[in-house]
Amino acid sequence: MRSRAEDYSQRLTRISLAPLTQTTRGFQLFVLALLAVIAWGAYAYIVQLRYGLLATGMNNTVSWGFYIFNFVFWIGVSHVGALISAILRLTHAGWRTPITRMGELVTISALMIGASMIFIDLGRPDRVLNLIWYGRFQSPLIWDLIGVTTYLVGSVVYLFLPSIPDFAFMRDRLKRGASTLKLKIYTYLAVGWTGTPEQRERLDRASHIMTVMIIPVAISVHTVVSFVFAMTLRPGWDATALAPNFVIGALFSGIGAVLVVMAAFRKFYHLEEYITKRHFRNMSYLLLVLLFAYFYFVLTEYLTVGYKLRIEELHLFTLLLLGKNALWFWSFFISAFVIPVFLILFPKGPIIPRLAVAGILVNAGMWIKRFVIVIPTLQVPLMPFEFGNYTPTWVEISIVAAGFAGFTLILAIFARIMPVMPFVEMTEEAETEASHQTGMLGRER
Amino acid sequence: MRREDKSLTRRQFIKRAAGTAGFLAALSSPLALALNQVKASDSSSESASAKEKIRAWCMVIDLKKCEGCVTIDASPQCTQACIKGHFVPKGQEWIQVYEAELPGGGSFFMPTPCYHCENAPCVNVCPVAATYHTKDGIVLIDQRRCIGCRFCIAACPYHRRFFNWGTPQQPPEALFAEYSPETQVPAIKGTVMKCDFCPDMMRKGKLPYCASGCPMKAIYMGDLNEDVASNGVDVVQLSQFLDRNNAFRHKEDLGTQPRVYYLPGHGQSFGRTPDDSREFKNPEWSWGGEDYERRPSVWPWDKTDKWTWEAQLK
Repeated sequence: MRSRAEDYSQRLTRISLAPLTQTTRGFQLFVLALLAVIAWGAYAYIVQLRYGLLATGMNNTVSWGFYIFNFVFWIGVSHVGALISAILRLTHAGWRTPITRMGELVTISALMIGASMIFIDLGRPDRVLNLIWYGRFQSPLIWDLIGVTTYLVGSVVYLFLPSIPDFAFMRDRLKRGASTLKLKIYTYLAVGWTGTPEQRERLDRASHIMTVMIIPVAISVHTVVSFVFAMTLRPGWDATALAPNFVIGALFSGIGAVLVVMAAFRKFYHLEEYITKRHFRNMSYLLLVLLFAYFYFVLTEYLTVGYKLRIEELHLFTLLLLGKNALWFWSFFISAFVIPVFLILFPKGPIIPRLAVAGILVNAGMWIKRFVIVIPTLQVPLMPFEFGNYTPTWVEISIVAAGFAGFTLILAIFARIMPVMPFVEMTEEAETEASHQTGMLGRER
Repeated sequence: MRREDKSLTRRQFIKRAAGTAGFLAALSSPLALALNQVKASDSSSESASAKEKIRAWCMVIDLKKCEGCVTIDASPQCTQACIKGHFVPKGQEWIQVYEAELPGGGSFFMPTPCYHCENAPCVNVCPVAATYHTKDGIVLIDQRRCIGCRFCIAACPYHRRFFNWGTPQQPPEALFAEYSPETQVPAIKGTVMKCDFCPDMMRKGKLPYCASGCPMKAIYMGDLNEDVASNGVDVVQLSQFLDRNNAFRHKEDLGTQPRVYYLPGHGQSFGRTPDDSREFKNPEWSWGGEDYERRPSVWPWDKTDKWTWEAQLK
């Protein structure tokens, strides 16, 4: 019994630390490809800086476009960290341990990309500091700024706290040889952790405080993102339920994103033993619950509007269901709802690829949904004029693509400097379980 | 000893971590309130007009007299005068004339300036107080402060705001003007613009460009406090004038409290009938090229639309 536990922990340590010490050719090529996409996006942004937002497809009628709906999308994806780490922790869902860090990493990467989208959208990025010098608390945009930065700081802390024992482990491991810079970094990050009972108690208490605090912060973030739209007098946006709608939609797409990231790390980092079918199955249950919850919100959203058909809402409704945005609306519906339901409920084929596909489809669907939320509303005429038009230009498409590449790159960099699973915590959990079992056996005897 | 040190830093760190969220929220509100005292406005004009009385500027548009300038076979002269007076960048119509439908299938013309709402959605959402109310109730934009987030454009339920997407196309003389939020000349790239009710003109006792430019004298400027309005020819008692002519405000139910009133009509004072077939003419600019609204295409290698970036840099 005991030797098996040791084997387990040694193997876990080896597998967890492998990506930190070795770089494969494939990884290098992957990073190079990501950097190429980001460089192209940077070129597109320089073009935009030079010529102004004229380089985008936005106009006086459709005055927000790709950047804003991608901002909403990324903030949505970022929600998952709070859900997995905090809510599952509070409910003592023991199976969550190996995937908590992935959730937090997704959160932080997505928040960084989402926040940058807002700044890319500004007509005068040179005046961004006016937000601090002249910021008005009455503006929902300032709520966003405060909400997103608070959530980012909170998530970094929440990622960092449970990683302290891991950093300490690496510091101790590195003392035998290795470069001094690495040693310095890990010593700094380990903040003098030695694993004394006093330290453990404090870390535990701090983690608990963060667990409770991160949930309202996360909910508030997507609430204030929805307020950017809900505080206007526009069809489709002027809705009381927009905030919970956004929060549920965010959790929905976030779970999908983590399923994809889990499958990717499992395959490329060889975590088959730790991230098991059980994790995928449990996550798929969560995904299913949120799918139905979000479907409920979408249903009420369109039913309450479609029943009464106020003139501007009628314009929007026809635009969405039958008009020029119908293709987008229905592809959202099929991609986010119909196919994933079948993929989750009908167990045909291997579970992990099936759920990874469901995760990708949910995110593609939710990406389109954000388009459907932002663009058609702006196309509806508020005065007696024609419907607005919007076609993104290559500049916008390149920058958004660079956002996706940047998200992946930030994830990859994080995964290079810290293990993607809290392996010290997992080892300890395995040991307690093992000793618990032997204890039970002893008593029986 | 060394461990003592470390545990101290960690404790500090944990404290800071736990306090960050609350701290940020608590800090930002008084900070923002304090900063809001600094309003974006032209201080020199403020002090000059300190002794004058406080106005409540408003506009009355008599639609009985507005026939969209179709009877004189011209583009709308209010828009045209505004463009000329303000050097309005090509493509923007700060006062725009829409042809709206009547229930029987006919149409009427509706000139739409900025409504200078008392409960202005644009002022409410601006994150940097670049758009603001003056003491006379006019909504102005300080283009030197605007960050170009276009939240106000999304918030305006009347679609009365315009963005300088690229370099604004203006005649060369506009560049020599001294900037003021009251004139918005010269226009600044990457900022929002709109009708400003010409406060500089009114201070001198003149009507705004659109009102003096209207050949039918359909546009009245008035002061709600003094209860008087004028179109340059007649002077009327504002409250009675509004009541006796069944004045309405556009989208009254939104609660934005516009400072622009309409008197219903379809240009009948000048013999226009609702089913008049004479064509409305779009306003024209005497400056600027054809490329003012040209966008690049979806693909960078697509050269079919002969898009030239260099034309945008002029």
